[in-house]
Amino acid sequence: MATQLSASALKVADRLTVLVADDNPADRMILGRLVERLGHQVYLAENGQVAVEQFSERRPDIVLLDALMPVMDGFEAARLIKQQAGEDLVPIIFLTSLTETDALVQCLEAGGDDFLTKPYNPVILDAKISAFRRMREMHQTLQAQRDVIAAQHASLLQDQEVAKIIFDRVAHSGALSHSSLRYLQSPYAMFNGDILLAANRPSGEMHLLLGDFTGHGLSAAIGAMPLAEVFYAMTAKGFALRDILFELNDKLATILPVGIFCCAVLIEVNPDKGLVEIWNGGLPDVMILGPSAELMRSVASTNLPLGVANRQRFNPQPEVMVMRPGERLLCWTDGVIESRNQAGELFGEAGVHEVLDAYLGHPGRIFDGLLGALERFHGSPEDDVSLLQVVMPERSERIPSPRATAPPSRPQDWCLSYTYRAASIREQNPLPFLLSRLLEIPGLRPQAGALFTVLSELYSNALEHGLLRLDSAWKQDSDGFALYYQERGERLRSLVDGWIRITLNHLPTPDGGMLQIECEDSGNGFAPDRACADYAGRGLALVAALAQEVEVKGASSTVRVVFSW
Amino acid sequence: MSIQATLSADSQVLTISVKGRFDFGAHQDFRNAYERSGLTPQEYVVDLHDTDYIDSSALGMLLLLRDHAGGDSAQISIVHCNPDVRKVLSISNFEQLFSIK
Repeated sequence: MATQLSASALKVADRLTVLVADDNPADRMILGRLVERLGHQVYLAENGQVAVEQFSERRPDIVLLDALMPVMDGFEAARLIKQQAGEDLVPIIFLTSLTETDALVQCLEAGGDDFLTKPYNPVILDAKISAFRRMREMHQTLQAQRDVIAAQHASLLQDQEVAKIIFDRVAHSGALSHSSLRYLQSPYAMFNGDILLAANRPSGEMHLLLGDFTGHGLSAAIGAMPLAEVFYAMTAKGFALRDILFELNDKLATILPVGIFCCAVLIEVNPDKGLVEIWNGGLPDVMILGPSAELMRSVASTNLPLGVANRQRFNPQPEVMVMRPGERLLCWTDGVIESRNQAGELFGEAGVHEVLDAYLGHPGRIFDGLLGALERFHGSPEDDVSLLQVVMPERSERIPSPRATAPPSRPQDWCLSYTYRAASIREQNPLPFLLSRLLEIPGLRPQAGALFTVLSELYSNALEHGLLRLDSAWKQDSDGFALYYQERGERLRSLVDGWIRITLNHLPTPDGGMLQIECEDSGNGFAPDRACADYAGRGLALVAALAQEVEVKGASSTVRVVFSW
Repeated sequence: MSIQATLSADSQVLTISVKGRFDFGAHQDFRNAYERSGLTPQEYVVDLHDTDYIDSSALGMLLLLRDHAGGDSAQISIVHCNPDVRKVLSISNFEQLFSIK
C-alpha cells in the first residue's frame, strides 16, 4: 500500500520541498499529509498570492496548485512562479476537479506541467513527484554541464584572443612600411595562420617572408614565433636567404608536431644589383610583372613547405633573377586562388590572369585591381587574403655613407686573420661571424652596412671568380643569370681544394682608427678590368665607392680595402 | 566525408579511401583507419578517387600517416587524384614524399 510509504523510506537527497496551494482547508490538509508521508517537506498556501509569496521565500522544488482560488487564481500564480523560476525547472502540477478540455488547456497555457485530479490517489501522486524529480535532476545536470562548457569556451576564446594578439604582433612587423612594399593582410587571414615579415640586411638588401601555417589560432601562433625570431635575427646579422631558409626549416621541423608546417615564399630584394632571390615552398606562383604590367615570369613552388623535410632532403636554393627598377613582384597565399563565390566557384588562377590582362599597361593599378576583382567576385570584401607587392626600387638610392659620425672611443690595435678551407666554404657563410666581430668596435657601428657590403663583395669575388672560376660575362641576361647561379651551386658543392683568407687589421690613429680588410684566395685571380657589363663586375665598383682605398694586388687574387674614421 | 580502410588478403597493403571533402573533419577517422591495433602492412595506398576537395590540414594528415608508416622508409602511394586535388599536392611538392599516381 502506498500509504505505508514513510519519511524514512526516502534518502535525504531524494527528499523534496513541495508547495501545496488550495483554498479548501480540508483538501489542502489531505494533500499536505499525503506528500509528507511520501517523505517530502511541505509548505502550505491558501490562495495564489500566498503561493507566490511562499515560492519566493522558500523556493520549493515542486508546486501543486489548485486552479480556482480566491484573491489570485492558480493560472495567474503559475505565470508569476514560472517567471520567478527563470532558467530553473520548477514543475507545476495543477490540482483540479475540472475535466473540461478548455480548462485543462488554460492550465497548460499558464505554464502548468501536469494535472492531478481529485480525489487524490497516493500512488499516482508519488509517481508524478518522482517523475518530476528525475526531470529536475536531468535539467540541473544539463545546466551544470552547459555552464562548464560555457566557462571553458570563454576561457578558450580568451586564449585565442591572447594568441591572436601575439600572433598579430609577430606576424605583421619589421620593415613592412618600406615604400617599395604594398600588402594586404585581412584579420581573418592572420588568424588563419598567414604571416608576413620584412627586414633589412645590414648591407641593405631586404628580406621578405610570406607564409601560411596549417592550423590556426594557437598552433599557428606557436609556429610563428620561432619563425619570426630566426628570420629577424639572422637577417639582422647579415645571413643570406639560403642560410636563413635552412635554419627556418630545421627549427620548424624540430619543434612543430608532424602535420603542422608552413607554406612560404622567401624573397631577397637587392636594388644595388637589380637582383631578386625567390624561394617558393608550397605557395601559389610568385609573379614578376614588367614595366607595363605584362607577366614576365612566374616562380612556381618547387620545394616542400618549411618544417616538412629533414636536413638532407631540404633544398634551400632560391632562384636568382634580374629585376629592373619599376618591375614588380606579386605573391599571395592560397586564400586568393581558393576564394569561392556564393555559387561555390573558384576565383582560381584564371581569375588572376583575367585581372592581369585587364590592367595591362597600368601597372600602378594592379594591386587595387586584384582586390577589387576579388571583392566583386566574392560579393563582399574578401576576408581570407594575404597579398604582397614589391616594386623594385631605383638602384643605389641607398649607398650608406662611409663617413658617418662615430661616437668617440679608443680604438684598439690588433690584427686577425681567418683562413677558410674548402670544407668550411662549402658548408657555411663566414660573413655574419666576421661582421659581428667588427661591430664590437664602436667606431665601426655606424658603417655596418658599408662594411658588410664590402666584406660580402670581396668574399663573393674570391669565391665565385677565384675559387669557382665563374665568368661574370655570363650574367648578361636572365638566362645567363640562372645558369650562373646554378653553376655556382654545383661547383660549390663539389669544391675540394682551395682557401680564402680574410685579414682584418685594425690600427688606432690620432683622431680615430683605421681598418684594413684584405681578402686573398688560392685561385688564379680575377680580372677587375672586365667589370663593365651591366650586372657583372659591379662588386668592385661598389667597394670602391664605399671605402677610402681599394687596391688589387698580385695577379688580382688579393684585394686590400681601407676604412678609416 | 567518409573514410574506409581495406586490408589486402595477404595483409600487406592497406588501402584508405576518402570520399567527399578531405579536410580537418576527417582527422579522427583518417587516423583510426591506420592506427587500428594489429595492422602492420608493408605498404599504404591512399585512394582519392572520390575526394572532391583537399586542404592543408589533409596534407598534415598525410604527413602523420607517413610518420606512422616509418617516415623516409614509408611506402605510401596516393592514387586517383582529380586535377584539383593533384594541384594542391603538387604546389606543396608532395611528390617528393609520396608516390602520386
